[in-house]
Amino acid sequence: MSEGADLKKRRFLTLSTAVIGAVGAGAVAVPFVMSWQPSARAKAAGAPVEADISKLEEGQLLRVKWRGKPVWVVNRTKQNLEDLPTLDSKLADPASQVEQQPAYCKNPTRSIKPEYLIAIGICTHLGCSPTYRPDVAPADLGSDWLGGFFCPCHGSKFDLAGRVFAGLPAPTNLVIPPHSYLSDKVILIGVYGGAS
Amino acid sequence: MSALQNMVGWIDDRFPMTKVWNEHLAQYYAPKNFNFWYFFGSLAMLVLVIQILTGLWLAMMYKPDADLAFASVEYIMRDVNWGWLIRYMHSTGASAFFLVIYLHMFRGLMYGSYRKPRELLWLIGMVIYVAMMATAFMGYLLPWGQMSLWGAAVIVNLFQAIPIVGEDLAIWIRGDYVISDVTLNRFFALHFLLPFVLVALVFVHIVALHKVGSNNPDGIEIKKGPKGNKWSDTAPADGIPFHPYYSVKDIAGIIVFLMFFAGIIFFAPEGGGYFLEAPNFEPANPLKTPVHIAPVWYFTPFYAILRAVPSFAGTQVWGVIAMGGAIVVLFLLPWLDRSPVKSVRYKGGLYKGFLAMFVIVFVILGWLGTQPASELYTLFAQIATTLYFAFFFLMPWFSKADKTKPVPERVTK
Repeated sequence: MSEGADLKKRRFLTLSTAVIGAVGAGAVAVPFVMSWQPSARAKAAGAPVEADISKLEEGQLLRVKWRGKPVWVVNRTKQNLEDLPTLDSKLADPASQVEQQPAYCKNPTRSIKPEYLIAIGICTHLGCSPTYRPDVAPADLGSDWLGGFFCPCHGSKFDLAGRVFAGLPAPTNLVIPPHSYLSDKVILIGVYGGAS
Repeated sequence: MSALQNMVGWIDDRFPMTKVWNEHLAQYYAPKNFNFWYFFGSLAMLVLVIQILTGLWLAMMYKPDADLAFASVEYIMRDVNWGWLIRYMHSTGASAFFLVIYLHMFRGLMYGSYRKPRELLWLIGMVIYVAMMATAFMGYLLPWGQMSLWGAAVIVNLFQAIPIVGEDLAIWIRGDYVISDVTLNRFFALHFLLPFVLVALVFVHIVALHKVGSNNPDGIEIKKGPKGNKWSDTAPADGIPFHPYYSVKDIAGIIVFLMFFAGIIFFAPEGGGYFLEAPNFEPANPLKTPVHIAPVWYFTPFYAILRAVPSFAGTQVWGVIAMGGAIVVLFLLPWLDRSPVKSVRYKGGLYKGFLAMFVIVFVILGWLGTQPASELYTLFAQIATTLYFAFFFLMPWFSKADKTKPVPERVTK
């Protein structure tokens, strides 16, 4: 420490050097951190996809890939639609209060047309893809099972409107992607905006 | 002076070679009463070296590309000369690493090796354990099989459960909306980097160990005991030089370990579906989840805890908190144990009972984590999770209330 040094000035210079250095380091970190965000290519893969449902028989499920995720299209039977209201008491969110669907699908069947369920086939717990189990009262799911989806990872169950059963790991109903009907038998999945 | 001595002298003037050798090996005095449980520290270092060596070789033949990865692993297994052996050494090595580390940690738990003055040593060890888990998790994605993909999907989605930032954080980690080629590519880079971070952490772990000195099965501080042994007047009377005494002992342990290790590599490299799971022999398919998802055995205790906690208040973050908490409580161990003695040898029945319960519960949780989630098993997992946490949260009480035995002045045989 030299005689007569201006300690106040020295402290100021040390501090400002440290602060400027930290700001610089933070700025340099930006490209490294941001490069981990989805690339333009990954974002482009999020473009809407068309699905032709003309060959989908009653009770069948069609898988379509959108944003790398499975989207299910299920042609529900009359019986399935009649069963839906009877399950309400066992569900966590029977009236779809949580925003897991576009406004035009906030209805008892969670769909635009009652028979067609269009849902993202990813469990809202930890992202497994549940299994389609349309069979009524199978041995492993119990005698009161009326068809739906069972997640093999952690045992969550959903009904045929993608509504989650209460008391299981998944907190919310399955996500209904934004979609619209291009014609009677062609759906466009991933298009934002109102229903048509 | 001989030419060799000249050479050593020349180096010692420029680099503390002899000094380091003496301080950490030839004149590092470790307690003379080490037993079987003291093999696992050196074995863990051996397995780390095996993993780095085989991993480096695999990286020369593997392709971190979603279209090529699965086929490149099959290429290593079928076409590369001895590739199957290098790959099995690496995949079996991962399980061996965790087995050795779990035994190493249990040793610390039994003999109170985390107690003052070794709290920081324990914390560094816990950081190593967490880094190891991250490394193993990223490595399991690389074969790009069904379990690779869906296992990674589940774990990355854990972050999604964090309120507000979760969704963006998960996308940032994946670099995509789902686990994809982008994720595979970056996990490969990180899986390559992390082992070297582990080496650095192990170095720090050993520096800390040699500062405070090794604990021993009696939990007695030999540095506080009488001084003077056959080799030095100032060294602890109950200490013996690490080299040659423990270096030779550890070599014997290494030989036995390698016999078992080679046996598994040659005769049961898939470990009955626990080291390499059956769905991983199928290429990753983002549209179809395997019927039953379970992580590799070394993660299953924590996975069982995750599954045991139901979601409520519209979020499933609670299970994630419980799973994270199960690891965090291990960090707190040095401050939870209030017993006047360190080693289980001098602790009373109360503590021994709780410790036995913890071991049983950990094994049960590990088994439950490999099983499909049924109502009965979920109930078992909930009970086991409660007991797991009870061990830690009741420890300040039962370690104090415990009737301990008097600790001898000197280490016993």
